[in-house]
Amino acid sequence: MRKVLKGNGAVAEAVRLARAEVISAYPITPQTSIIEEIASMVSRGSLEAQFIKVESEHSALAGCIAAASAGARTFTATSAQGLALMHELIHWAAGGRLPIVLADVNRAMAPGWSIWTDQNDTLSQRDTGWMQVYCQSSQEVVDSVVQAYKVSERVLLPTMVVLDAFFLSHTYEDVEVPEQVMVDRFLPPLELPHRMDMERPAALGNLVFPDRYMEFREKMDLAHGVALGVWEEVGREWGELTGRPYGLVEEYRMDGAELVLVTAATTASTARPVIDALREAGVPAGLLRLRVFRPFPAERIRAILGGRKKVVILDRNCSFGHHGIFHQEIKSALYELPHGEQPVLHGIIAGLGGRDITPDDLHGMLDGAWSGKITAPVTWWDVLPVKDRERAAVTMVEGG
Amino acid sequence: MSTPAVQLKPGDYKTDVKPVWCPGCGDFGVLNALYRALARMQLEPWNTVILSGIGCSSRLPGYVKTYGFNSVHGRALTLAMGVKVARPETHVIAVGGDGDGMAIGGNHFIHACRRNLDVTYILMDNEIYGLTKGQTAPTTPTGDRTKSSFYGNPEPSVDPVELAISTGASLVARGYSGDMKTLTSIMVEAINHRGFAFVNVMSPCVTFRGDHQFKELKAKLRHLPEDHDPTDRTAALAYTRETDVMTTGILYRVDEPSLVDRLNHVNAVAQGEGPQPTTRDILKTFYPSF
Repeated sequence: MRKVLKGNGAVAEAVRLARAEVISAYPITPQTSIIEEIASMVSRGSLEAQFIKVESEHSALAGCIAAASAGARTFTATSAQGLALMHELIHWAAGGRLPIVLADVNRAMAPGWSIWTDQNDTLSQRDTGWMQVYCQSSQEVVDSVVQAYKVSERVLLPTMVVLDAFFLSHTYEDVEVPEQVMVDRFLPPLELPHRMDMERPAALGNLVFPDRYMEFREKMDLAHGVALGVWEEVGREWGELTGRPYGLVEEYRMDGAELVLVTAATTASTARPVIDALREAGVPAGLLRLRVFRPFPAERIRAILGGRKKVVILDRNCSFGHHGIFHQEIKSALYELPHGEQPVLHGIIAGLGGRDITPDDLHGMLDGAWSGKITAPVTWWDVLPVKDRERAAVTMVEGG
Repeated sequence: MSTPAVQLKPGDYKTDVKPVWCPGCGDFGVLNALYRALARMQLEPWNTVILSGIGCSSRLPGYVKTYGFNSVHGRALTLAMGVKVARPETHVIAVGGDGDGMAIGGNHFIHACRRNLDVTYILMDNEIYGLTKGQTAPTTPTGDRTKSSFYGNPEPSVDPVELAISTGASLVARGYSGDMKTLTSIMVEAINHRGFAFVNVMSPCVTFRGDHQFKELKAKLRHLPEDHDPTDRTAALAYTRETDVMTTGILYRVDEPSLVDRLNHVNAVAQGEGPQPTTRDILKTFYPSF
């Protein structure tokens, strides 16, 4: 059925289709309308589930952890500070091998307070063992949430489905909402092997001595390796059922591309016409959109980017002191390429705190890299000029 | 502390920042009462800090010309403790809403009361989450319909005043944002109090609770009887969990050592015990006695 949905509405529709059984959540802008819509579905009876509104995000994820341990399909949603407050339990959910699905509406971290988008909230959770999928449209949100349950329940790792604040969370689009019968066939009820079971009593959360701890962690790492293949398989299966196949990454006009823009989320939609325009002007440009970020498809990215001339990596995030985070990851993935196939990398940090990234910006970045105007390995895009770097580094006030 | 050379008027504590609250928000009344209280006490702006968490009411520090800190959700009291312990001579006022203080920050509230932390805590209680647009708060009465409880709030609510009295706050008051005169006097006494002074201000949310919350609260408004003994905990507790009336005034007030007093006392005790034993002294206890 076709519906006009904003990104947040798309999340709620997908949670309904996935028949989540326990939703434990706490409001935070710009996520709130996800859980409001779900609360309304539960009240109306269109989703048969328990909806618990708890007293903080920490408790929200704790609720999901407990319900998932009892064998229920669970969901929660949050943003920025809320995700940061969950951090202790983010580790717990992954270490407990619980297939929880969480939607995070990417929002910049305080201070200064911001409700607008950037990716530092989710990317700060990179090393927790969660899988992460970055979406570019409401359609992809619906599809990815349902897929996330399937993959999570296969590999026993939780998934964060990520959408940009406002640009996606609050923008309405035409969306094909899959039929319930089809989703039910695609996603059978959860059978968590280590769920609480009166027939097989067990204790959860015990102390693990140094002689066993590492083995648990190695299993998580192995699961990420397996998950790469599962995401590909599930994306293909979804394509067969709906006509919308998904991969780990998405390539656009990459045939013969010598200048590649790598980015994620809604910026990729902005980038397509820019790539078209560059192609028309005779610049061999292409786009590589990162979708599944954890597990990280390093081999796939290496195969795609090897032998290209220049790669511009657009990060709506920063690992302060060492590049944007996508930049780091891609650089490390390309290290194994033979010397002659290594492209020149230009990291661009842009759009933090919700600053708009326009087609003109993207054109400027790509043209700058292609023409040689951009030479630095990392460029902060569209910021006030800094006269004295040493001084600016130790002053709190704007500019300098 | 020196008295400022000029006499400060309520308006002198205003900043240039225009409040973004909805027209008719109860928090305007709280802000105006605070300006008046600060002026009545002639508090030096440079010796006063107002801290908040997150919520509509937590925007308040930006509107007052003192030091201000709009901190993270639920943590106003933890930051207030840091400021007070580091600079005990400073007037520390924490402000926020019932969501911030009773839900996500509820644990800190209990411990601030228990420690008798020397700060004034003004809670603007509208019985709803306003900033996130109208979901159930821990203070929302059972059965009320909100955006997160379409068919009525299934949970019992908390009365912050009852919680404060029972967990050790040494001054506990209830005010109403529509009764400026009483609220101003309560604030002055609370700021002057040594120890944890908690002021629960019923501050209606016209947007998500509607006009009727204002009218209902106004109709329920009562002042404490003159013969009320604020040192009597049982008498004070009689004014909690009220449904048909809303009694305002200083319900409870006792003189107890504050957190800073207790910390200073412990430091004095530690210093009185003389120097700590050295490693050599400790090792000597293991030497054989022959």
